[in-house]
Amino acid sequence: MAAAGAAQEKQFPPALLSFFIYNPRFGPREGEEEKKILFYHPNEVEKNEKIRNVGLCEAIVQFTRTFSPSKPAKSLHTQKNRQFFNEPEENFWMVMVVRNPMIEKHSKDGKPIVEYQEEELLLFNGTFLKAMEDGGVKVLKERLEKFFHRYLQTLHLQSCDLLDIFGGISFFPLDKMTYLKIQSFINKMEESLNIVKYTAFLYNDQLIWSGLEQDDMRILYKYLTTSLFPRHIEPELAGRDSPIRAEMPGNLQHYGRFLTGPLNLNDPEAKCRFPKIFVNTDDTYEELHLIVYKAMSAAVCFMIDASMQPSLDFCRRLDSIVGPQLTVLASDICEQYNINKRISGSEKEPQFKFIYFNHMNLAEKSTIHMRKTPSISLTSVHPDLMKILGDINSDFTRMDEDEEIIVKAMSDYWVVGKKSDQRELYVILNQKNANLIEVNEEVKKLCATQFNNIFFLD
Amino acid sequence: MSEEEEDYYLELCERPVHFEKANPVNCVFFDEANKQVFAVRSGGATGVVVKGPEDRSPISFRMEDKGEVKCIKFSLGNKILAVQRTAKTVDFLNFLPDCPHLEYTQECKTKNANILGFCWTSSTEIVFITDQGIEFYQVLPEKRSLKLLKSQNINVNWYMYCPESSVILLSTTVLGNVLQPFYFRAGTMSKLSKFEIELPAAPKSTKLSLSERDIAMATIYGQLHVLFLRHHSRTSNSAGAEVVLYHLPREGVCKKTHILKLNRTGKFALNVVDNLVVVHHQDTETSVIFDIKLRGEFDGTITLHHPVLPARSIQPYQIPMAGPASVTSQSPVPCKLYSSSWIVFQPDIIISASQGYLWTLQVKLQPVVNLLLDKGRLMDFLLQRRDCKMVILSVCSQMLSESDRGTLPVIATVFDKLNHEYKKYLEAEQNYTMVVETGQSRSNPLLKRPVRTQAVIDQSDMYTHVLSVFTEKKHYLHELVIKTLVQHNLFYMLHQFLQYHVLSDSKPLACLLLSLESIYPPAHQLSLDMLKRLSTANDEIVEVLLSKHQVLAALRFIRGIGGHDNISARKFLDAAKQTEDNMLFYTIFRFFEQRNQRLRGNPNFTPGEHCDEHVAFFKQVFGDQALMKPTTF
Repeated sequence: MAAAGAAQEKQFPPALLSFFIYNPRFGPREGEEEKKILFYHPNEVEKNEKIRNVGLCEAIVQFTRTFSPSKPAKSLHTQKNRQFFNEPEENFWMVMVVRNPMIEKHSKDGKPIVEYQEEELLLFNGTFLKAMEDGGVKVLKERLEKFFHRYLQTLHLQSCDLLDIFGGISFFPLDKMTYLKIQSFINKMEESLNIVKYTAFLYNDQLIWSGLEQDDMRILYKYLTTSLFPRHIEPELAGRDSPIRAEMPGNLQHYGRFLTGPLNLNDPEAKCRFPKIFVNTDDTYEELHLIVYKAMSAAVCFMIDASMQPSLDFCRRLDSIVGPQLTVLASDICEQYNINKRISGSEKEPQFKFIYFNHMNLAEKSTIHMRKTPSISLTSVHPDLMKILGDINSDFTRMDEDEEIIVKAMSDYWVVGKKSDQRELYVILNQKNANLIEVNEEVKKLCATQFNNIFFLD
Repeated sequence: MSEEEEDYYLELCERPVHFEKANPVNCVFFDEANKQVFAVRSGGATGVVVKGPEDRSPISFRMEDKGEVKCIKFSLGNKILAVQRTAKTVDFLNFLPDCPHLEYTQECKTKNANILGFCWTSSTEIVFITDQGIEFYQVLPEKRSLKLLKSQNINVNWYMYCPESSVILLSTTVLGNVLQPFYFRAGTMSKLSKFEIELPAAPKSTKLSLSERDIAMATIYGQLHVLFLRHHSRTSNSAGAEVVLYHLPREGVCKKTHILKLNRTGKFALNVVDNLVVVHHQDTETSVIFDIKLRGEFDGTITLHHPVLPARSIQPYQIPMAGPASVTSQSPVPCKLYSSSWIVFQPDIIISASQGYLWTLQVKLQPVVNLLLDKGRLMDFLLQRRDCKMVILSVCSQMLSESDRGTLPVIATVFDKLNHEYKKYLEAEQNYTMVVETGQSRSNPLLKRPVRTQAVIDQSDMYTHVLSVFTEKKHYLHELVIKTLVQHNLFYMLHQFLQYHVLSDSKPLACLLLSLESIYPPAHQLSLDMLKRLSTANDEIVEVLLSKHQVLAALRFIRGIGGHDNISARKFLDAAKQTEDNMLFYTIFRFFEQRNQRLRGNPNFTPGEHCDEHVAFFKQVFGDQALMKPTTF
């Protein structure tokens, strides 16, 4: 059992100091070091310092390689900061430097974040090599610049927590019949739009169906929920009669609209440009246009082959076919969800605060997070408790066996971590005078009520 | 040729009733109640032959020729024969074995009245309809007399009887368009509320304006309807005749509910077959059908219907040449359809008196499939038909076939409709079972077990006739879905289906998933979860865990459900030993020693447990002193 100290100083949260990408092969000779650098953030840093930092990283990687040729250093922790090294493709290095908070703060979180960056980069840009084939280093640099300029803004290290480590997917709970209705809707749409290669369906920012493979969906899900959806929240909250709403494509039959692509279908000049994404990069390497279309709380992503350029006519057709049906479906889902909630009685505030994650299907569930907004993660528990969760998780990752860790925090809270096969469960209990046995009983009770339909060992 | 043959959706039955055709010495009568044809030769003196569609052996007898026969009918069950020969009297002849076989006569009670006809309402009850009212009698065959049960005075133009519902309809008033129905049941006669048929235009004279030829009565979808053939629409803008349907309930008022648009004029005849209204048109020698359950144009009170299908002739019919048996090899002769000598009776009878045939009219469903292109409407139509199952399944099969595939929205609509019908039946069945079980059935005598019609199509029908073509082996539906997904490498799709419980949990399914683990690792967890939910598969769970060398997990699981006192120690110790993890073996061994202590007061294993080998191994690794000592008090 470990005890966590209460935070004394908070004025220095973790922050991103720099982030850069380089390839040592691009400038092997002296005086050409600058060529190695493909991207550097912040860009204002003086050239020599950039070269110096890149050189230092190169040296560390080379040096550590002598001890472990197959697995060079992944991170370096110093008094002031911590550096993460990641080699997503041969000779392409991504380095992130994070400032340590003043007090000793666990920041394992950094590792997965660099990896997600790379994954999201992959999703939108394909591999480095592919970009090189497309147009050499210049094109690659342009693409990196464009991507990271926006991406680094969405990175909020100070609010990263366990959920960011998991990078899971929240699934929308639904009864079988409504689920099949959605299936039927997707099949019908794929047939009538006939150029759709993959479809994904979300409700309330939670996934219901993915035609993409799990790994690709994980990245797309992160992009949708942390970047695309939050940018479009405002017009929705504004209500139907507000001026913002009025500028939306005026359609009285349905609530459907494009989140990517044309804003106003009535404008003949409207641009039908959709983001390109890259999926199945390991084998078939497919390039797709991402069409995200939303009606009320239901969002559907249609992915079509990048070789097809969707025209305004296509968008109008999509709007007229998908819009009305998606609107009806969205209200059906809402209605059914409320009925199910009433039946199961889960309307009440959950008594337990917990985070659940299943590595097998990436399903995550949290009663700790009120709402995950892009800039700040609103949790209902103290950051110190969140930090304990992170510690337990890092213990779990080192162990292969199923295990259970129970921690008594300084603030009278009990924190329990359980690992069963691929599943992890973290529970926070606020029972001042409870003893270990009582806490164990409480957790058993939780498992019996919340997880009775899965195989989860006590 | 065959293409055209496919088109006819109405046909005459294959085996008609053949009788001697009408001629000056042979009079032919038809009784709607028993559906019998009477051929009366020379007033009965040279023989009466009675044939019905069901009874293949005709009844023949002779009776004295007492004058021209106006009407002749058996009571229900062929017990008593009634013959009308004069305008005032009806003669009776018993056909009961123990009763006197002499004729007896009943004169109508009302003075100066003329008998228009009579109807049997049971084996011994008869109604006389006179031009001045109706008289309801009980026949007493032993006494050879009749007893008047009830009578009612009312001016009658003509009458009509619907034996199915035991309702007699009387045409009253000068114009004849006020109809008075009476209902007969077990010795009682009740008057239903009268109603007026709206005539096409205000009649110019005060003579009879509603002919019985234009009225028919039939039960459609379990409800009695009066059908009125209106030759000219009341609204001048729509030319063509129409059939107006009045719903005649046992209680309450008669209401106009449907109008069937014929869009043509001329001579028509009506039949009702399988709840469809069939309208024959003599001028074009074609027929059309209407289904009042199909969606029509509803104006708030009345629904307007158009023919379900384009007009077609009844399928051409060949008459097997009648004659001596030696010449039956003669080629059949085509039958003249829509002949002016045809007489049509409700609900589905067509009689050709000149040729001597009685047919029932039938609907052929297969040709409808090609004529009704809207698949949703086609399903609505088929689901209401009696022999629909195979046709519906053939439509589904065709819709899913490569060459003729329907679009997904159409397929979805069709399946929704089938599902809706199935659900309706299941719910009715459930409801019935519940009422019976809770003992409420006694207080509700009307309660009947729901009938499973052919429209109730279940999973096994669908599988056997539609989906099984897509697989060479026999599987059940869920298995088919899984195998198909696996074949196409759509594991993540399968995974998501399981996550939302689209495929119902079962042991075979869980085992199937286990077998997929090597090609799709997450199947392991999916399978274990399913076994857990089944709650009857705890042994399987233990086996799965042991096979994965998760001995501790297996033990914890079985302890969690309270089954650890009954498990085989040997099985767990074997598994623990296989892991080559000595600490694990120690833990498991100690657990069972403790169990022995708790159950038997001694930590040692009994010989029956066959653990000698493991005890020896334990001693070898950890030493004798590590064995648990029996607790002594």
